[in-house]
Amino acid sequence: MAKLTFSIGGIHPADSKLARDCKIETLPLPDKVYVSMSQHLGAPAKPVVAVGDSVKTGQILAEPGGFISAYVHSPVSGTVKSIGPRKDLAGFNQTHIEIDVQGDEWAEGIDLTPELVTAIPEDTAFILDRIKMNGVVGLGGATFPTHVKLSPPPGKKADCLILNGAECEPFLTSDFRILLERTDEIVVGAAIMQKVLGCCPCVIGIEENKPEAIAAVRASVARLAYPGIRVETLRKRYPQGGEKQLIDAVMHRQVRSGGLPIDVGAVVQNVATSLAVYEAVQKNKPLVTNVLTVTGDCISPDRQHNYLFRIGMPLSFIAEQAGEVPEGAVKLVSGGPMMGKAIANLDAATVKGSSSILYLGESTRRGQQCPCIRCGRCADACPMGLEPFLLKRLWAAGDDSGLEANAVQDCIECGCCQYSCPANIPLLDNIRMAKARVMGIIRARNAKK
Amino acid sequence: MTNTIIWTVAILTVLGLVLSLVLFWVARKFRVEEDPRIDDIEKTLPGANCGGCGFAGCRAFADAAVKAGNLDSNYCPVGGNEVMAKVAAILGCEVKETAPMVAVVRCNGTCQARPKVNVYEGEMSCRVKASLYGGDTLCSFGCLGCGDCVAACAFGAISMDAQTGLPVVDQDKCTACGKCASACPKNIIELRPKGPRGMREYVSCVNKDKGPAARKACASACIGCGICAKTCTHQAITVTDNVAWIDPAKCKLCRECEAVCPTGAIHGVNFPKPLDKDGIKQRIETRKAKAAEAAKAEAAKKEENNG
Amino acid sequence: MDKLTVSPSPHLHSKVSTASIMRDVVIALSPAIVVSILFYGWSEILVLAVSSVSCVLLEWLIAKYLMKRPELFSGWSALVTGLLLAMNLPSTTPWWIAVVGAVVAIGVAKMSFGGLGQNLFNPAITARVFLLISFPVQMTNWTVPNGFIGGVDAISGATPLGIIKEGLKAGESISEVLAANGMNAHTLLRDIGGSGGEISALALIAGFIYLLVRKVVKPWIPLSILATIAAIAAIFNGIDPEHFTGPNFNLITGGVLLGALFMATDYVTSPMSKWGGVIYGVGIGLIVMMIRYFGSYPEGMSFAILIMNCFVPLINRAFHQKKYGRA
Repeated sequence: MAKLTFSIGGIHPADSKLARDCKIETLPLPDKVYVSMSQHLGAPAKPVVAVGDSVKTGQILAEPGGFISAYVHSPVSGTVKSIGPRKDLAGFNQTHIEIDVQGDEWAEGIDLTPELVTAIPEDTAFILDRIKMNGVVGLGGATFPTHVKLSPPPGKKADCLILNGAECEPFLTSDFRILLERTDEIVVGAAIMQKVLGCCPCVIGIEENKPEAIAAVRASVARLAYPGIRVETLRKRYPQGGEKQLIDAVMHRQVRSGGLPIDVGAVVQNVATSLAVYEAVQKNKPLVTNVLTVTGDCISPDRQHNYLFRIGMPLSFIAEQAGEVPEGAVKLVSGGPMMGKAIANLDAATVKGSSSILYLGESTRRGQQCPCIRCGRCADACPMGLEPFLLKRLWAAGDDSGLEANAVQDCIECGCCQYSCPANIPLLDNIRMAKARVMGIIRARNAKK
Repeated sequence: MTNTIIWTVAILTVLGLVLSLVLFWVARKFRVEEDPRIDDIEKTLPGANCGGCGFAGCRAFADAAVKAGNLDSNYCPVGGNEVMAKVAAILGCEVKETAPMVAVVRCNGTCQARPKVNVYEGEMSCRVKASLYGGDTLCSFGCLGCGDCVAACAFGAISMDAQTGLPVVDQDKCTACGKCASACPKNIIELRPKGPRGMREYVSCVNKDKGPAARKACASACIGCGICAKTCTHQAITVTDNVAWIDPAKCKLCRECEAVCPTGAIHGVNFPKPLDKDGIKQRIETRKAKAAEAAKAEAAKKEENNG
Repeated sequence: MDKLTVSPSPHLHSKVSTASIMRDVVIALSPAIVVSILFYGWSEILVLAVSSVSCVLLEWLIAKYLMKRPELFSGWSALVTGLLLAMNLPSTTPWWIAVVGAVVAIGVAKMSFGGLGQNLFNPAITARVFLLISFPVQMTNWTVPNGFIGGVDAISGATPLGIIKEGLKAGESISEVLAANGMNAHTLLRDIGGSGGEISALALIAGFIYLLVRKVVKPWIPLSILATIAAIAAIFNGIDPEHFTGPNFNLITGGVLLGALFMATDYVTSPMSKWGGVIYGVGIGLIVMMIRYFGSYPEGMSFAILIMNCFVPLINRAFHQKKYGRA
């Protein structure tokens, strides 16, 4: 069968899936957890507990602070010690709820049995409510509240639900592991989302470097026999798992500039989100756990792990579980090496969307910057068809209208340009700034209208 | 041969004449009538086109000033009162004197006071760095040290001090156009009145963290303790979000706040004498003792009256 | 563990660098260099050495002492310029002409524009054209191949294109010119006299294939140049074979291969997009054939590339990448 891929740009970094054969391990509980109020896209959540309250695992700690926001639940049982600013992994202050951990007693009404529940509720409002009340957000990186994404605006209909199992970022293996170990749950989750979206077909896209996962999901889809779900093999190419690229690969449709996937009838959800949806709807279990990969090119193979963690665990706690920070580590990254964030503060707490702790060695250091030789590699690599060399020049010249005309606002910040630049020019560093400014100008203009 | 030369000369002459006529006609036809005062004002202005006045350049400023007919809302910070007086003379209107301003860097997190906890590796731009993370020290409010302000300054008035890693403003070159202040993503540069003979007092910190956190991040941070505000006899100091701020309009340059600040976050510059910490502290003590005595006497008096 | 590094994403980088690209170009040029040394012997080695060394040295000196920005010294790139310049010169070129060429290539065409990446014109070609106009005698004194694998003493003479051009000017037909010079269509392609880079078509093509495999260049520019030249030559040759040379002959002589494969594909001075590259290539092909058929110079590749270099900024403005979601 033909392998699907997107049509413009892209790069082929070595996939370095070093932790692919490490089974998911459950981490012990730390003494304290710090639950951030800003672990989703949109407005921060508002705490509904007070200092001194005792909370149970899965109990609501905070409610949405706006339409695009999400519930936050307690990942442990214990006592609320404080509510206040704490530094996140970038060193910025965010409101956190500090909880002294006293055991792991779950709130009532949560089904903790491992049995697979395959019967899908008939009432879509019930499903959406469960997803919302259990704080499910997109776990593919953007942490967009899932119930919002699963409620298309009036007049728009989903033609296809795409389940994103591409995991195109090098090193990351958490999606691969859950595809292998939680296959059936993910497929049921997909069927639930199909139901919400009006029984549209569903494509589960998995990159070709995960043949075991493809086989497992195919078998599960056949066994569970939900209508309209099929598995497609995607070519190994970065950024295959980018939302716009995946829609192009699977549906051969392109989201127009400034538009949303639903405009072309697509809804893209990560496989980890599908698992969270399953747990939220079938088990009434809030999103308080996720799987994270501890890996890197400078730690030995026996120290690579895939961990099931509770949100709010400090990164340093997880890092300690995996042993000392290796000698040669130059940079620690949370997320993939292409789009992840460098960790400036290892004491920061994990959030719903945490997907890895990467230990990168000398190879991550940036090379000496040289003059641009106009080779055009950045433009060839850009999956949005932009011309990064031109955008950087326009940014340096302060030409905002030129930047907008050359579609800087379409940039998905995938890093392909900077990856492929032979002159080590920090293209994306600058384009990100330019994009932020142009987006601000566009927003101000739209607000005026 | 001679024929060729004659023809060449003739043709070129005719061509030149015809073209000059065309040019003359075009210049007449498309002439734009402009108030000559715009040119006059533009010539008077410093011509730096820095944008410090809020217009795109000196010409735009002149245009706006002539259109408005007064200078109530237009001021050239670069030229200052001297230039503005000349502009006012051209326009035939009044101009109010404005105290000369200067850019003040409100961060004193030197490399010694504020140790680095990580190494930044990316485009050397404060804007890029600020959007990425809190910075390479524990203080997420202070100077990032990449010199966006230096690049923004059109007058060469700011330079990075290699020793401290902080920008230094040359107050003689600074025109208070405000470019550096808007270039700084951390908003640590403030335009403050230059002060009499350049003497001014300011809090050189913007860290909004609570005291212990600020202290941990930087030895010379303002910890929001409020001692300066309590000491100040002119009500010039306010503490909001754990940072003190001195209102230049109320400050009488007594330097008491500077003397009592436990972290040295308050700076006085261009004072003729070095800060006499003990002397000032003694002065404050005496004043307090006197006040206490007076209060006691007052209380005793009250009691007497009551009794 | 020392202090951790923090930087914006991406945290990975491909292994391709400017230096590795230029190194690949040098590797790709080396088969042709070896062949030309074998053909022309010591004199070719001298030209190559003088040109490369003076290009690299000049760039370093200019960057360090004249521009006071030593980081502008590009190393490998200067070597590529030097080699390409040498391959554009006759092996009999006096050493001082090669040095003058290096001064023009590096000093005028490259560094005065701001160094690597800033120049509008291909440095090696600019130098070649400068030398061709300034020293026409030395620059057109081509040796008939006679090096380490020859055996006969070196014979000086014009290139085949030059011979034919002179003949046509004198009113002879091509077959008469060939007969008068003791050549026929067969030997013409075997014993081509010319510059170092012209004589070794196979070696040049082998080098270019290496660049293609290494993904250093894309084939659009050379293909469109060669296709245009072949098409025009086929048409004119078909109409009047006695006055217009044929496609095979035009493709292999006069530095067309060296120019199309290695000079027109210079990143800095060629368009960045695929279709821009095609327009550029077609333009070069057209100009070359116009010069050869109707102009007074016999070859024209250098002029064609220089002329099209001028249009590159314009072509880059007109041709953009296909953007996602903006059909």
